[in-house]
Amino acid sequence: MDTNTLERLKDLAISESGFLFDPYSGATFTVNNTGKFILQLLMEGKVIEEIEPALRKRFEIGDEDLRSDIYEFVNLLKENHFLPNGFTP
Amino acid sequence: MSEFNSVVGVTGLNATDNPGPGISVIRTLRAHPDFKGKIVGLAYDPLDPGLYPTDLIDSAYLMPFPSQGVNPLRQRLKYIKKVSNLSLVIPTLDSELSAFISLESELKEMGIRLFLPTKEQFDMRSKIRLAEICEKADLDFPRTKIISDAEVLYQLSEEIPLPYVLKGIFYGASVVQSIEEAVAAFYRTTAQWGLPVIIQEFLEGEEYDIVAVGDGLGHIVGALPMKKTFLTDKGKGWAGVTVKDPRLLEITEKFCRTTKWRGPCEVEVLKTRDERYYLIEINPRFPAWTYLCAGAGQNLPFAVAQLAMGMDPTPLPEYKIGTMFVRISLEQIVRIETLEEIISKGEIHYR
Repeated sequence: MDTNTLERLKDLAISESGFLFDPYSGATFTVNNTGKFILQLLMEGKVIEEIEPALRKRFEIGDEDLRSDIYEFVNLLKENHFLPNGFTP
Repeated sequence: MSEFNSVVGVTGLNATDNPGPGISVIRTLRAHPDFKGKIVGLAYDPLDPGLYPTDLIDSAYLMPFPSQGVNPLRQRLKYIKKVSNLSLVIPTLDSELSAFISLESELKEMGIRLFLPTKEQFDMRSKIRLAEICEKADLDFPRTKIISDAEVLYQLSEEIPLPYVLKGIFYGASVVQSIEEAVAAFYRTTAQWGLPVIIQEFLEGEEYDIVAVGDGLGHIVGALPMKKTFLTDKGKGWAGVTVKDPRLLEITEKFCRTTKWRGPCEVEVLKTRDERYYLIEINPRFPAWTYLCAGAGQNLPFAVAQLAMGMDPTPLPEYKIGTMFVRISLEQIVRIETLEEIISKGEIHYR
């Protein structure tokens, strides 16, 4: 992850309840507990190989295809301008 | 900190669904702990809503319309100086700025101060000359063409492809998709605002607005960037939030440095999906959302009042990111005697 994206992610304000404010675009968004967890990992600079097992462990998820769900969530963040277009976790 | 005791006149009291900035500027001045002065509302219509909030204005006067020229304005201000000891005016409407700018030195002799751009600065930022400034300041600007003849629209598509934005010289903008729409918009716009019209490349992106004050020497006294988060059907911001984006401040600084801007302004910037920033317009006055300054910790109207009076402005802190405003419409209850006084005397004194 490039430093600009990481810096931008770190600037996101996320509340206990999952309310998200992007200080750059002024956009707001609400995420559930899973989304909040993924975001926190992204903010720590974690990549997909680290996010997937962490998510499995935290939410006790079996063999389901998690990776596509994570990408889908990341795309949602991109569509809402929280992440740059070219970003991949 | 020293108290500010002068009498400040503020125009633009038409707080309608497309509000003038006056009430917002007055509320911001009042919000400053050192403001101990008086506020004189200057209005053009007896039903301007800003004539009636007695907690905000101490007195108010009806003013001659800008179209009547500078003489009636000069006479009226002279009278208000005599009756209310007016010390400075913060004009907030585009249509009146020219007249105030041309009277600045005379008003100073009368004891009424202004802190406005010079005539040259005012002309430079006009829609028809903004591209020039952007080039000088090394700022991106949408491709623009100024036209005075509808025939030109038929040959324009090579330079600026459809769709594009057709803007009136003072106000109004339509996105047009075809030549037919462009011709209709041309005649509609010129009927209302006259010639020329501005044709501007259509860019998709998010609009950001920055309220700023230039010191007239090339520096900014303060600046606050905002993203509108809710628009009315007229495209006016009904809610917004302060944002963190150093590029927006950089653009504002470049503009103020290049023009040596003196006084308040609103800088409108479009940020495209590929993260390019285009300066699209400069309004040479405070915007209607100025009260956000008070909430975000940068009281720019108070700084303008200090500068107008020849004082050094109190240093402004960093603005608070994530400060929101949401506008509200309220019914004010007015005694019929109050309206009578305004209509018959052209002035009212609450205290």
